[in-house]
Amino acid sequence: MQLTLWTYEGPPHVGAMRIATAMEGVHYVLHAPQGDTYADLLFTMIERLQKRPPVTYTTFQARDLGGDTAELFKTAAREAYERFQPKAMLVGSSCTAELIQDDPGGLCKALNLPVPVVALELPSYQRKENWGASETFYQLVRNLALPADQIEKTQSSKPRCNILGPAALGFRHRDDLTEIRKLLTDMGLEINVVAPLSATPADIARLADAQFNVVLYPEIANLSAQWLQRQFGQAFTKTIPIGTKATRDFVREVAQLAGLDPEAALVKAESRATWYTRSVDSTYLTNKRVFVFGDATHAVAAAKVAADEMGFTVVGIGTYSREFAREVRDAAKLYGVEALISDDYLEIEARIAELNPELVLGTQMERHIAKRLGVPCAVISAPVHVQDFPARYSPQMGFEGANVLFDTWVHPLMMGLEEHLIGMFRGDSEFHEDAAPSHLGGGVHVQTAQAASAVKTGTSTVATSAAPEQISAPALNQGTSQSSASILIAAWDAGAENELKKIPFFVRGKARRNTEKYAIERGVTLITTETLYESKAYYSQS
Amino acid sequence: MSVVSFPVPVKTAGGCSDAPVLRERGQHEVFCGLTGIIWLHRKIQDAFFLVVGSRTCAHLIQSAAGVMIFAEPRFATAIIDERDLAGLSDANTELDRVVNQLLARRPEIKLLFLVGSCPSEVIKLDLSRAASRLSAQHASSVRVLNYSGSGIETTFTQGEDACLASMVPGLPAAAADAAQELVIVGTLADVVEDQFVRILNHMGIERVRFFPPRRADDQAPIGPGTRLLLAQPFLADTAKALQARGASLLPAPFPLGIEGTTAWLQSAATAFQVSKERFDAAVAAPTARAAASLSRAKLHLEGKSIFFFPDSQLEIPLARFLARELGMKLLEVGTPYLHRQHMAMELAMLPEGTFLSEGQHVEKQLDRCRALHPDMVVCGLGLANPLESEGMTTKWAIELVFTPIQGFDQAGDLAELFTRPLVRRMRLAA
Repeated sequence: MQLTLWTYEGPPHVGAMRIATAMEGVHYVLHAPQGDTYADLLFTMIERLQKRPPVTYTTFQARDLGGDTAELFKTAAREAYERFQPKAMLVGSSCTAELIQDDPGGLCKALNLPVPVVALELPSYQRKENWGASETFYQLVRNLALPADQIEKTQSSKPRCNILGPAALGFRHRDDLTEIRKLLTDMGLEINVVAPLSATPADIARLADAQFNVVLYPEIANLSAQWLQRQFGQAFTKTIPIGTKATRDFVREVAQLAGLDPEAALVKAESRATWYTRSVDSTYLTNKRVFVFGDATHAVAAAKVAADEMGFTVVGIGTYSREFAREVRDAAKLYGVEALISDDYLEIEARIAELNPELVLGTQMERHIAKRLGVPCAVISAPVHVQDFPARYSPQMGFEGANVLFDTWVHPLMMGLEEHLIGMFRGDSEFHEDAAPSHLGGGVHVQTAQAASAVKTGTSTVATSAAPEQISAPALNQGTSQSSASILIAAWDAGAENELKKIPFFVRGKARRNTEKYAIERGVTLITTETLYESKAYYSQS
Repeated sequence: MSVVSFPVPVKTAGGCSDAPVLRERGQHEVFCGLTGIIWLHRKIQDAFFLVVGSRTCAHLIQSAAGVMIFAEPRFATAIIDERDLAGLSDANTELDRVVNQLLARRPEIKLLFLVGSCPSEVIKLDLSRAASRLSAQHASSVRVLNYSGSGIETTFTQGEDACLASMVPGLPAAAADAAQELVIVGTLADVVEDQFVRILNHMGIERVRFFPPRRADDQAPIGPGTRLLLAQPFLADTAKALQARGASLLPAPFPLGIEGTTAWLQSAATAFQVSKERFDAAVAAPTARAAASLSRAKLHLEGKSIFFFPDSQLEIPLARFLARELGMKLLEVGTPYLHRQHMAMELAMLPEGTFLSEGQHVEKQLDRCRALHPDMVVCGLGLANPLESEGMTTKWAIELVFTPIQGFDQAGDLAELFTRPLVRRMRLAA
């Protein structure tokens, strides 16, 4: 059992729904109790789709459990086929139905439906949403895709590829697809099939009518792409076109697979963001400390853009997708940090509080964490929120995507001059140290307020004892570490406290931690202004 | 859509007291009882709700109402994993570990609910034994109760019923010679409670208790002198449990609209021998205010037709209010569950011939709805946008549960929840 406050991913059958809903002509019959229909609102309210997800729920109740839930499933499947006339059906169980072991696949076979029926085995007590999406797409591809000699091949002078991965409820999948489709078409490629988004079962059948596959979201499409490579000899792309540099690499990779000259496409391809990051007013972005968290693909890509294109310093990177932990660990090595592989919201909150970054690039969960800590934040990954389906065109991928990233990440930050003015002068009613960026309304930073109250507690302790104090760790740390272990810290004298306040808030936490570490390492029990500056000098050397 | 037949003949005389009801089975497009945690954890401020369930349960609660606004929620899920399914003894050990972890982190918790779910019910994890075991372990500091919010047993608001029913045995006994005391049962917004207290005080009923209380330790004593007034229509088990402890139920409709609120308060007034003059004096001013705001809403709603998909069990009282006070035409009133005894006065007030349905086969109900082209559809979040895109005007049912709608001073707000979608559609069309 795991104590969970918030969950990054839904259960695996929600992943299956994301595939079914993305596609055309597919219907999913889900053996599930009353209440599991909540998942419909993810699509109708968060993504604001204008149609219901193509899902029928059997809705069994307690009184059915002693009776014939299998018959209930068969009736629901038969009725769903008759009503919706899909070209293929998915059948499976939600978490509760998995426990009653009715075998939807076997039951459906007995119905002899005149369309392909793909039975899904999605172990709800082991796996999660992205795995469910990946497995569902894979099963559809395995069951429906025909080998090249059984399909009518398109006669074309242009190289052909499929685009794999875009699904319902994906983070900017809709706009990424538009951007990448245009990029590939401009390069001279023909798109055979896009799947699962907007694909029919007949489209899946003709996947082999392409030379290679473009994989946009490995979490959803890698498994299928690997199978297509083994079965049909289709290579697939490994570069995720997020950021200008990665998009250029992606163009080269695609050109190579397609046998095209990449330079023609690269000459005109440039994003405005490339210039903006070189513009002098962006100097203030240099070495801003960022914490990156999301699904593995978006986290790795965002960290790369942050470090190589924005000039930020990546102080932490993590993912909730355990299936892709290795990719994130490899990325973490590039930045000399340890990857955080966790779906425990509290653990991530504690890590952010501890690292005290100047910008968080995360999911909607981290947006809440950052809001509480008073740290600017931009959202880069699912789990999605209604805000992640903007009315405007807003891709993450491709050259336009790079422009979107620049705007989205810079917007929450304080502009350079404002930062300087706050560093130099204090006490102004508008430009004061605890103010949020003026273009965001200038509220008070929560973290600063918390730090201020912590300081007060600390000072009163000093008055009674100058010895190192055993104080309990902040509440955040208690949450994650089972043992609410006490930690040894050095105390601050009043002068040092005042001096610390003069350090801009966005580095104050780090200064405090460094100074305390410096003091403890040297057995200094009372931190004075001198200690603070000794520590500053010490750390600025390294 | 072709011809749709109505399998239940429509009755044409005598209110709806004996009206036939179409009972349907099939896909239910409704929430399970776990959803009640969304408001219960805000209402009972020092209680914590621990769902013992699957990832689906955790995902449901965080998705159902966008509750991410509460950064440190007073609910969580103990997610069952494979190892817990291997052996129940291990599951119990695991549950104890999770509860201890939670209590160490949140020492301010005074009342902990272990909330059963579909998976915990199916694997027969005995949460009542777990609750008494854990209660004994944490005797001095935390009370541990349990109830089921599982979808196989409860629909949406029935979760509140199950939760409140689980609290009843812990309520203190009233002294045998205690004077009669009024207890209002069912979650109400704080502002509504305060209004009711003012009105009831005005008529001379000095002592008014609420269940659930705002704080877990503010418990109403229950005994033969207890007079229960149900503020919500979905409290079958809670009312039964309270009655079993000697309390008596005051017959009343539900406090929606002027008529409903007046009759509801009148029921209390009668039980407490309030004179007609005092009663009239207490309700005159708020009634007049409500009448004024309803007359404005009536301009938009009179003659408009409305169709209810089942959701919260509030459908029948809402339909009664919309039909009688605002002149709306009821095409179908669907409810997840019809409790004939608690609904008796509501049914009698419903216009004759109203088409009632209980349970759901969502596809068949959608067929009926489309065939009737109602001016407004009340439905859940999964159906609202798809129906809007088909050209229908909808009202999300869940908003009727999350908004203060009871009492005189909310009657206008309640009406506005229905006028707004119509007005909006008109404005955008213009």
